Amino acid sequence: MTLTTERAATAQAHDTEPRIRVRDLSVGFTTSAGHREVVRDVSFDLYSGRCLAIVGESGSGKSVTARTLVGLTGRGSRVDAAELSLDGDDLRAFGERRWREVRGRRIGVVLQDALVSLDPLRPVGAEIEEALRLHGWGDRPARRRRVIDLLEAVGVPEPARRARQRPGELSGGLRQRALIASAIALEPEIVIADEPTTALDVSVQAQVLAQLDAMKRRGVSLVLISHDLAVVAHLADDILVLRQGEVVEQGPAREVLAAPRHAYTRSLIAAVPGGHTRDTRLAPEFVLPAFPKPRAVPDADVPLVEAAGLRKSYRSPGGARHLAVDDVSFTLARGRTLGIVGESGSGKSTTARLVLALEKPDAGEVRIAGREWTGIRESRRRPERHRIAVVSQDPLTSFDPRWTVEQILRDALDGALRPVERRARIRHLLRLVALDENLLGRLPLTLSGGQRQRVAIARALARDPELIVLDEAVSALDVSVQAQILDLLVALQRALGVGYLFISHDLGVIHHMSDEILVMKDGAVVERGDPDAIFHAPQHPYTRELVGALQRLDEPTAASATHPSGENR
Amino acid sequence: MTALRSAPAGAASAPRPTRTRPRVSPALAAALAVVAFLLLAAIWPALLATHSPTANDFAAALQSPSWAHWFGTDEAGRDLYSRVVWGARESLLIGVWAATVSLILAVLLGTTAALGGRVLASAVGFVLEVAFAFPALLLALLLVAILGPSAWTQVLAVGIGTAPGYARIVRAQVLAARSSGYVEAAVALGHPRVRIVLRQILPNALRPLVAIFALSIGQSIVWASSLAFLGLGVAPPSSEWGALLDAGRAYITRAPWLVVIPGLVIVALALAATSLGGRLRDALKTGEKP
Repeated sequence: MTLTTERAATAQAHDTEPRIRVRDLSVGFTTSAGHREVVRDVSFDLYSGRCLAIVGESGSGKSVTARTLVGLTGRGSRVDAAELSLDGDDLRAFGERRWREVRGRRIGVVLQDALVSLDPLRPVGAEIEEALRLHGWGDRPARRRRVIDLLEAVGVPEPARRARQRPGELSGGLRQRALIASAIALEPEIVIADEPTTALDVSVQAQVLAQLDAMKRRGVSLVLISHDLAVVAHLADDILVLRQGEVVEQGPAREVLAAPRHAYTRSLIAAVPGGHTRDTRLAPEFVLPAFPKPRAVPDADVPLVEAAGLRKSYRSPGGARHLAVDDVSFTLARGRTLGIVGESGSGKSTTARLVLALEKPDAGEVRIAGREWTGIRESRRRPERHRIAVVSQDPLTSFDPRWTVEQILRDALDGALRPVERRARIRHLLRLVALDENLLGRLPLTLSGGQRQRVAIARALARDPELIVLDEAVSALDVSVQAQILDLLVALQRALGVGYLFISHDLGVIHHMSDEILVMKDGAVVERGDPDAIFHAPQHPYTRELVGALQRLDEPTAASATHPSGENR
Repeated sequence: MTALRSAPAGAASAPRPTRTRPRVSPALAAALAVVAFLLLAAIWPALLATHSPTANDFAAALQSPSWAHWFGTDEAGRDLYSRVVWGARESLLIGVWAATVSLILAVLLGTTAALGGRVLASAVGFVLEVAFAFPALLLALLLVAILGPSAWTQVLAVGIGTAPGYARIVRAQVLAARSSGYVEAAVALGHPRVRIVLRQILPNALRPLVAIFALSIGQSIVWASSLAFLGLGVAPPSSEWGALLDAGRAYITRAPWLVVIPGLVIVALALAATSLGGRLRDALKTGEKP
């Protein structure tokens, strides 16, 4: 403890001179298509024991900015800066040999996807040991001990056993922690973490963030790259908001988050869904299409969906049967939204596939509007399939790669309408999802993520469904695009009276969208009820853990609130 | 382009790099030149040939390549260059037909192995595995032995011999398409099974075959020539390239060009067809996820 306080004190003392100074940084890439600048005039300082967060959406240049600090901008890139220094050394003059001395020893890097960043054929322990060996750290037994200590330090349980396992044998959270361990193996005083928690479940995310926070308290300087303001709010002392390679806003974290000066930052913050955003627009500047008059929802005597005692098991590679869905029951009324939240492997997607009758339940049944649905033959179900539509996480794989937007929609309408009516219907569908008619001839591959997801929604709406199953439908989108899609979905539900089965791992999105929530864990429903009840008074220990792990924007966590060094600038 | 980009607010992400026009590399230019020359030779040999392919001139027998006879002459004094040109049609036709036979069989067998009922699919799958394990040349030799040597036997032998390999590719493609997200989406839309097979599974699964066809022509010509070289092809007066190899074999020490030059022509065509096929495959990939 004394050591920590001493280190913190030194960190304070050093606050006057930054470890890293960047002035007027520009990065461009030269390809056969010409020269393109992806980062323009970015300046910042990084001080000891502090965290600088670089926030932006995909394509904003945040990763490139961080990579210039370790000389990894890659082939064909051009870095210009008035100043780019690490502890007084001019990084602009560095050759590859000197960069290698910087990487790992002076600056550690944690990359986003641990599965692709780690050698799949080598035990993670050997991977970490190699970093030590390359920098001539100790002898072999000492390195071995160091690896175990490191894994333990980043919160990997049973480190000696885990060190012998290959990345594929570890869960996503453990892999990410192994990557952090290799980044801090040589005790660099600066660590760059590029989206370290993206693709992790909330509870694991919280653990990884806690590790980063502990490092910061030990005096390590952090550069945290993220698209997620809620993640950043927890750790950052300073925030730099990038958009299209330019700094939109930068300053102390609390000021930026509490009183953002720039409209873009404000819209980013407003776009984060959660309990407080219910019944409000997330992207007010996004113009929703004019909808037809709200349709009267037919009498809700009979629920739209009744699922009773659903059970589904799969054979796992070992031969044992693994219960993916265990006794799941729920009802969904017309025009309402049932949210299913859970971490990966909780059985939420399997539940969706059972409702869609893409899989046959081992036991239990689903009834749609009071009629048998899963228990009947496919030939009898097929004519009724138009009543249920689906939007999946990655629309690109759900579209025939040969087809244009128009062909996709025409195919969905096939058999339902005469050709003349079909054209009008396609135009109408595009208006419903606020897509331009010009896009009709385009292949989905050439559309942006948000446009693709709107095409997927248009296809789902094509046959006037009563229920849309949305399986992680916004999970792959940037927060501002996600906000537009969520706004659109809410408006469509009001106008068309369609029911949603909304599946997500994101508690904020679930809270924003749902009328009722099911919390799933290991295939079973552990808690269900009204969103506010679940979020404010969770009953089940697992729900409490989930809600506790949620990174919120509206309540800055203790770590950033009590951090002493926020003032002296 | 600007009109297309002006999507509703905030929809468009960072501009994508515009696709550059594929540049013609020297290798591609060479491949195109080889194929164009041989196609012309196949269609209109008289235009390219310098001599009659069958005119004997025993005074000029077994001459090495010269200005008068670019590829030299054979044992009867016939101009080898002209014989190669006149042989192009038959050689290419054998290649194209063999590739066609091979691919038709491959599509039928591969699709059945992927989509047939449980018994049929596993039966066809088993046959494919066994046939694939069997060396293609051996299979072809067996057929020639049964049917007797002729151009059509060559076509059938090579077509059947190479089909199992392609059938396995087709089966893998069909299986991948069947478990794809878009087929699942079509099921969820309530489309009938036959329609899904015809409109989505087959077109997507068979698309890569366009390129494979080009690759397979080159390969078939090599196989057919091997058969001819063993004396199991077209009868001697023909100047099919495999037959040229076979005829030149007797003079391999005195007049090596009689074997080397037709061999090089076959290699050049096979390389050109392979490189164009690869190019075609890349061009067709654009619809898939990068």
